[in-house]
Amino acid sequence: MPPDIHLLIGGEAGQGLVTIGQLLSKALVRAGYEVFVSQSYHSRIRGGHNTFSIRLGAGPFFAPRESIDILVALNAETVDIHRGQLNGQALLIADASFAPNLPGTISVPFVELGPEHLWNTAALGLLGKILELPFDALYQAVEAALGKKHPETLVENKGVLEKSWEWAAAHVSGHGFILTGGALAADRLLLNGNQAIALGALAGGLKFCAFYPMTPATSIVLELIVHAETMGCVFEQAEDEIGAINMAIGASFAGAPSMVATSGGGFALMAEGVSLAAMTETPVLIAVAQRPGPATGMPTRTEQGDLEFVLHAGHGEFPRAIFAPGSIESCFHLTQKALAVAERSQSPVFLLTDQFLADSARPVVLFDTAASSPVVAGIEPGDMPIPYQRYRLTENGLSPRLLPGLSTHLVVADSDEHDEDGHISEDHGVRIAMMEKRLRKIELLKQEVVAPTLAGEKGTDILFVNWGSSQGPVLEAAASLRGQGKSVASLHFSQVWPLVPPQFLDILQAAGEVVCVEGNATGQFARLIQREAGFVMNRRIARYDGLPFTARYILDSLETTVSLEAGI
Amino acid sequence: MISVEDYGKYETAWCPGCGNFGILNSLKKALVACGLAPHQVLLVSGIGQAAKTPHYLKANVFNGLHGRSLPVAIGAKLANPELTVIAESGDGCMYGEGGNHFLAALRRNVDLTILAHDNRVYGLTKGQASPTSEKGFVTKAQPHGAFAATFNPVAVAVTMGASFVARGYAGLPEHLAGLIAQAINHRGTALVDILQPCVSFNKVNTYTWYKEHCYTLAEDYDPRNHAQAIATALEFGERIPLGVIYKKEEALFEDQFPVLQNGPLAGQEVSREGLRQIMQGYL
Ligand SMILES: Cc1ncc(C[n+]2csc(CCOP(=O)(O)OP(=O)(O)O)c2C)c(N)n1
Ligand code: SF4
Repeated sequence: MPPDIHLLIGGEAGQGLVTIGQLLSKALVRAGYEVFVSQSYHSRIRGGHNTFSIRLGAGPFFAPRESIDILVALNAETVDIHRGQLNGQALLIADASFAPNLPGTISVPFVELGPEHLWNTAALGLLGKILELPFDALYQAVEAALGKKHPETLVENKGVLEKSWEWAAAHVSGHGFILTGGALAADRLLLNGNQAIALGALAGGLKFCAFYPMTPATSIVLELIVHAETMGCVFEQAEDEIGAINMAIGASFAGAPSMVATSGGGFALMAEGVSLAAMTETPVLIAVAQRPGPATGMPTRTEQGDLEFVLHAGHGEFPRAIFAPGSIESCFHLTQKALAVAERSQSPVFLLTDQFLADSARPVVLFDTAASSPVVAGIEPGDMPIPYQRYRLTENGLSPRLLPGLSTHLVVADSDEHDEDGHISEDHGVRIAMMEKRLRKIELLKQEVVAPTLAGEKGTDILFVNWGSSQGPVLEAAASLRGQGKSVASLHFSQVWPLVPPQFLDILQAAGEVVCVEGNATGQFARLIQREAGFVMNRRIARYDGLPFTARYILDSLETTVSLEAGI
Repeated sequence: MISVEDYGKYETAWCPGCGNFGILNSLKKALVACGLAPHQVLLVSGIGQAAKTPHYLKANVFNGLHGRSLPVAIGAKLANPELTVIAESGDGCMYGEGGNHFLAALRRNVDLTILAHDNRVYGLTKGQASPTSEKGFVTKAQPHGAFAATFNPVAVAVTMGASFVARGYAGLPEHLAGLIAQAINHRGTALVDILQPCVSFNKVNTYTWYKEHCYTLAEDYDPRNHAQAIATALEFGERIPLGVIYKKEEALFEDQFPVLQNGPLAGQEVSREGLRQIMQGYL
């Protein structure tokens, strides 16, 4: 594993730890380091125990780490909860009053450094000095965050930043944490998964978004809204998720590439609309940010437990595609692709992400906006005959799609079974023809499936199969085992439906032991592979305590899992 | 010149004598009176007997799910503000299954027209009580008589300060056509609750019953007087007022999006320069 420093800032919600964390991460990225940022929080606005974690160094890092090198405690509880994770040489930065008496403690007289509401800035100054970041880099980050809007606040913050910096210079030395790396390009974007999805959607030509707030999906929409005016994107907070998906379908029908974003409970309400999109053949992108269920579950935690739900949501039978990005870059690129696939297949298309991916951030190289090709809804009417048939039977299942009101053609869409004109039909022959027409679109979807990526050699002793956000932790676990001289590879699926077994079956068959790593209790993806490809995986590593996978967790589990014979 | 013939003539699945026929004819007349050609109009409906109306005339149509006509209509209007959007369904669909959407739509004030065929019963599912069924209304599903209080959509809409609220009657097609035309021309969300006899399942609110109870509002009735409108809206029993009960000017929901000044979202370029600048913000 590449040498890195794991820094954890802990405190209550409302103490500003996210602010320090973000400013420090920005300053580190600008100084040319790699970071991996993740967050852990409770479902409350004030109080509770929250952490902001940064791995920093030369990288690359794709996952959080459990053991801590530097712990910044903004309250006493943080020390109690995390003391067990401290490495031998760890530094503990805490207010003198917490008096933890642990080796490596740096008791900071926060009261002398500034008023309580600026302790986060004080902590930033201390950390900046300890990590030997240029003072200017920190100050610029603070300035950028406060903007030119609050000059007095900026002056106050600068004072505290300087004071804490000087305090650290005088009192902290010889701790041995030396940052390595720092040679990476400075013009990298620091993005979390949900920001990358929002940018991907805008780059992909999104014009309409409806939502009803639900963690951890809300931030996708909030990020879109920030840029909506610049990008000419219309949005609305609907009365509920049912309203949201129906609005998106209405907007899409009338020509605006559309999306909704929600989490399991909200998606449960949308299921009816998924079926409507399928029957009316209206494109819509549905982002489902998973969190543990059933029901309200654990709102601020993570899980990969909704795969089967998304796969089967909506009554009746119809084609769909489900993308599951594993990295920040992939959140951006797959969202664009998903919008385009929805349009091309005139179907509901899903983006399956989760709280872990939503809230973890990494620097990524500036995306090439010139390379993106936004979707365009519908086709030009040309000399399309009148009366126009919205659901004309075609060989590939795709009927030419015109938009209402943009020509003299009349567009008729129906949730009832319908004839080629779009009018209600109870004729059994029409039913069969329309069902088959819609199902023919599966072939189109299959032609576009993103093949799973193999990291490592084919035919290793161990192959980790994984999908979506588990990618990063699995890559690190595999690298660590390889470092010990073991023969290991991993296979990541960033599209989980439809599956095309010829793309991966031989890779599975060539491996010694196949271990499926997924964040749910029952092995949903392993079962799906079994059903679709007839391949039974030997072993399974599951996590469903609400926390994300880490390399450590995977390595420990690998030692304790027993082989699963047939079936799961 | 647009004529009623442009809107076509279709065979329907309605019972002979149903109030839906009168509403369909009034709607066609209103569309003609507003000078609208079929391709300029989008009719969005839910599910029910009333919700089939869009299939019985020429226009763009989105016949969606039970209760969900309004969010679809709103989405479509926001994607193409040049469309004349009409959401049309029964009372069960609009006020029962779609109750939350109904309230939210009135609060938003998107420029669209809501036509609720209010037969005070569920027609397509064969005669259960609807939100507007009279208290005590006996059905197979409510053998002891509907117990819940009767929903008064007009009173609710007026109380909420919706920007256009009217009540029409299927048995007065000329008057109804006038109301629908006013609703279409109104800038904002316009509700027309339409009393509709259901000859098969509602043996209480019959043509005769409506004839005995309904009256049209006087010429000098001022729909801009909110207090008076509330009193008028609450009048439902011995006497039932028909006409525009409340009306006001109110900012349109869509006006908050400058992009909609440029017309339909379809075909509007995605700004690569805008995107580039946005990305710079994350550096
Ligand atoms: C989600 C859902 N629930 C129930 C139904 C069954 N359903 C179809 S129409 C209807 C009631 C229609 O009543 P109303 O809206 O008053 O229209 P009417 O038939 O009286 O014109 C119901 C309950 C359905 N289609 N979808
Ligand atoms: S059941 Fe009632 S509402 Fe439906 S068509 Fe027959 S009369 Fe009309």
